[in-house]
Amino acid sequence: MSAAPSPVPAAIPADIPWRRETDSLGMWIFLATEAMFFGVLFLAYAHARIADPAGFGVASRLTHAWLGTTNTAILLTSSLTMALAVRNGWAGRRRSVIALLWATAALGAAFIAVKGVEYALEWRDGLVPVLRFTYAGSHAQAVERFFFLYFAMTGVHAVHLSIGVALVAWLAVRDRDPSHPVRRRETAECLGLYWHFVDAVWIFLYPLIYLVELWR
Amino acid sequence: MSATLPGSYLTQGYTLGSWLATRDHKRIGILYAIAVTLFFFLGGAAATLIRLELATPAGDLVSADTYNKLFTVHGVVMVWFFLIPSIPATLGNFLVPLMIGAREVAFPRLNILSWYIYVLGGLFTVAMLVEGGVDTGWTFYTPFSTMFSNTHVIAAAAGVFIVGFSSILTGLNFIVTVHRMRAPGMTWFRLPLFVWALYATSLILVLATPVLAMTLTLMALERVLHIGIFDPALGGDPLLFQHLFWFYSHPAVYIMVLPAMGVVSEIITCFARKRIFGYRFMAYAILGIAAFGFLVWGHHMFVSGQSVYAGMVFSMLSFMVAVPSAIKVFNWTATLYKGSIVFSAPMLYALGFVGLFTIGGMTGLYLATLAVDVHLTDTYFVVAHFHYIMVGGAVMAYLGGIHYWWPKITGRLYSEAWGRVAALVIFFGFNLTFFPQYLLGYLGMPRRYHEYAPDLQLLNVLSSGGASILAVGYLLPLAYLGWSLFKGPPAGRNPWHAKGLEWTTSSPPPPENFREVPVVTEAPYAYDPEEPVR
Amino acid sequence: MNERAGWVLPAASEAAQRVDRIFFVLLAVTSVVAIAIAVVIVVFCIRYRRSARADRSNAPAGKPWLEYTWTAAPMAIFLGFFAWGAVVYAGFYGHADGAMPIFVVGKQWMWRVEHPDGRREIDELHVPLGQKVRLVFATEDVIHSFYVPAFRMKQDAVPGRYTEVTLTPTRLGTYEMHCTEYCGTDHARMGGRVIVMRPEDFARWLAEGGRRSSMAARGFAAFRRLGCSGCHDPRSTVHAPDLTGLYGRTVHLQDGRTVVADDAYIRDSILLPKRDVVAGFDPVMPSFQGQASEEDILDLIAYLKSTGGREP
Repeated sequence: MSAAPSPVPAAIPADIPWRRETDSLGMWIFLATEAMFFGVLFLAYAHARIADPAGFGVASRLTHAWLGTTNTAILLTSSLTMALAVRNGWAGRRRSVIALLWATAALGAAFIAVKGVEYALEWRDGLVPVLRFTYAGSHAQAVERFFFLYFAMTGVHAVHLSIGVALVAWLAVRDRDPSHPVRRRETAECLGLYWHFVDAVWIFLYPLIYLVELWR
Repeated sequence: MSATLPGSYLTQGYTLGSWLATRDHKRIGILYAIAVTLFFFLGGAAATLIRLELATPAGDLVSADTYNKLFTVHGVVMVWFFLIPSIPATLGNFLVPLMIGAREVAFPRLNILSWYIYVLGGLFTVAMLVEGGVDTGWTFYTPFSTMFSNTHVIAAAAGVFIVGFSSILTGLNFIVTVHRMRAPGMTWFRLPLFVWALYATSLILVLATPVLAMTLTLMALERVLHIGIFDPALGGDPLLFQHLFWFYSHPAVYIMVLPAMGVVSEIITCFARKRIFGYRFMAYAILGIAAFGFLVWGHHMFVSGQSVYAGMVFSMLSFMVAVPSAIKVFNWTATLYKGSIVFSAPMLYALGFVGLFTIGGMTGLYLATLAVDVHLTDTYFVVAHFHYIMVGGAVMAYLGGIHYWWPKITGRLYSEAWGRVAALVIFFGFNLTFFPQYLLGYLGMPRRYHEYAPDLQLLNVLSSGGASILAVGYLLPLAYLGWSLFKGPPAGRNPWHAKGLEWTTSSPPPPENFREVPVVTEAPYAYDPEEPVR
Repeated sequence: MNERAGWVLPAASEAAQRVDRIFFVLLAVTSVVAIAIAVVIVVFCIRYRRSARADRSNAPAGKPWLEYTWTAAPMAIFLGFFAWGAVVYAGFYGHADGAMPIFVVGKQWMWRVEHPDGRREIDELHVPLGQKVRLVFATEDVIHSFYVPAFRMKQDAVPGRYTEVTLTPTRLGTYEMHCTEYCGTDHARMGGRVIVMRPEDFARWLAEGGRRSSMAARGFAAFRRLGCSGCHDPRSTVHAPDLTGLYGRTVHLQDGRTVVADDAYIRDSILLPKRDVVAGFDPVMPSFQGQASEEDILDLIAYLKSTGGREP
């Protein structure tokens, strides 16, 4: 932001770079609130893990690390396609933008599908706290707390991702209409920020869930 | 409304629909004002019953369970549905764009959405009350809330969760608005302190409120599913809840008091006809309070079983956060020096704030002192302390602001005589209500008690008597401000001859705030006490 | 009850006297400052009211040296009070050598007190004058808080752990005790009395009340009644750690950590046995949640202490 304030637009929005930076700032602040929101779950995780580190190791080895790793690759790739969509949008390459947005949405949907498979496997294995939890080995309490946090954190994450997928798809549909190109590019940029945030949350979640004492 | 200028924001449509679908920040401010006033009187009704019960030592007015629900309702409603939104969402929404020379906030649609979210949270809470209420205290401590209470804990948590998003959206809007929409020449250090205060408040709103949302969610999930996050029998920790809860709820008190400080700076400068003393120190103090406010939450937990060393760290930081507040009190006092002072109703409220906030803040020092807090925590001393700040401070400042900007908002003048009477009645009633509570606390009366030792009755009766006077004081403005809407003389553009961009436009302002974009060339509060007022 | 006389709260413990000293110095300092500020405001309001003819020339908009002064001075005073309060506070905890332990269990809505020799009380606590006492708190259900205004002492009882304070009563008499952490319906009725007696009277009082077992003896009975000896007796066929002389020893756990066998460890081992499994043993011990009451656990700890060991 420049030191001198920008002139007040007579009717919002008239000044395009101004609107872009304003919306972008709004999205950054929203992401800060999301970070604080997720932060509580990360803190609860840290607290539970410090209380029984061995138990968390046992629990983590019960997760499906291959599915988690696959999902990480999917989500990182989707961030790439989203970033390219935003960049191409500003460069004016409209057709590739639509393709990239659809790719992003598809990858996001794939992530959710894999997550669904994982949840189904965890249900089959009796690792769903309260609803179907049959694990009776060592550190059973810690394992149950781990899986509660697992479902809470990945669940909240999946809800955020689903909203992202829906918005990206909506943008891809709207992008077919060539009118108002600049507003859509700004929207894509803000959406890109959101998408990368959801990806970043996953990057923290991944090792905390799948990689605790992986090689024991 | 003959005094309303044609083409003001009030005449842009008279239907209910035009109000409920508005994107005008000024109308949204009024929508909030109506809503928070309703909740203020709801919380006040609970307080009335509480003080009636406490007039006698025996618990003979209501049952124990009912009393427990009453203080819970009082806390929940007053904190989340009155104090937190009061100044930011009413005066803030109305004035921030005007004060920075903007035509609107950055996200007008988010703004009206935030009001609807507030109303939705409010409806949840009222429904919960009608269904039987909640008795956990506004602090929802576990394991009582998760495993033992038989009341509507989850509904209450849901109401608070929902209204939290209203706060977040308001804060987000203000931050972006202040960054992006200042008029030409309105640099950061030309901003009125009210804007600085709301900016800092907004930072707290967006960073702290999400923590509360997730904490209440975890608490509700634990209540339903018995997971073991907070339950020690399942390996959890009740203190984790307290840490998470207070991490939000301490900054929350700065959400409540910082805007009040902003209002006071506006009023004192106008009615002493003087620049604020030490503008930059005041601005930095505001930011300092917001920042340090995040670091002190453990002072609510000195006897909770938290480690002694943690207690020491939090105690030291709590003393540090008192320093910027002290600076502000000294600066307001110094602003009066060589001023030209008029004791209007707003000025009485502002001076009252300075005195009562000083007392409340000083008693905070007692509570920050570890060894002394062991005796005083969870007693009426704490109750007196926070009411001095919240009621003697924030509510007085809110009323002062309502009176100060009433001519701007409505285009009408209220009766100064009645305004002064009400201010004095409130000041007197407030002190009679809450000062005895410091003594009760030192003498060992615990809080959240509906029965107490008979020898403490005199102090309790003084307090309850004061509360009845306070109630009258709060009802008076309803009467004369309401009357002024119909019969008050037209205010004119700047009845107080105040500086500030909001006073350069008509009263009430046009929908787009300014007919031309203002250009700012002078420092804020460019008053001259030697200049005759005309 | 020799509680308040007018508005003076008796100071019945060593801590109370130290706390009162800080409190009254705070009162003096804050009163002086508050009155000073009030006087200055009133003087300015009168001297510079609009109708008054006063010298308003060169009204200052700021004086940095003044600002720094009234930033640094309060900070210094605050640090002084912080340090004083912190030092006195630190004296409330630990320092338990030579202290007589008394165990206090809160539950909705009463307090049960157990002396080590076995004497029990409900909603009352007898303590000897001049003797350092270590109060250990537990709770059966929600968070409670044991508050004795005359002692200026308060401590939360938190489920899942033990909390404690040490104090020395310094004045004979009977004093109020309250629960001061909201705990449900009868929170306001969850109080009682603390009675400070001369040491000889206290010894006589302890000896009264007929034959009864000490906490350690009760713990031994509980050890058998609950079935602990079934596995932990050296002659048992079940492979379980021998608990003789365990108290205060270092224990090596299965996951490589070492812990000290203190009160909290023993309590957790009884209620959450799968958490800290001893190295070389299988996690087969069942939990006694719901079977062993808080008093049972305190008695068991007393019994284990009586078999040997040292201070943790």
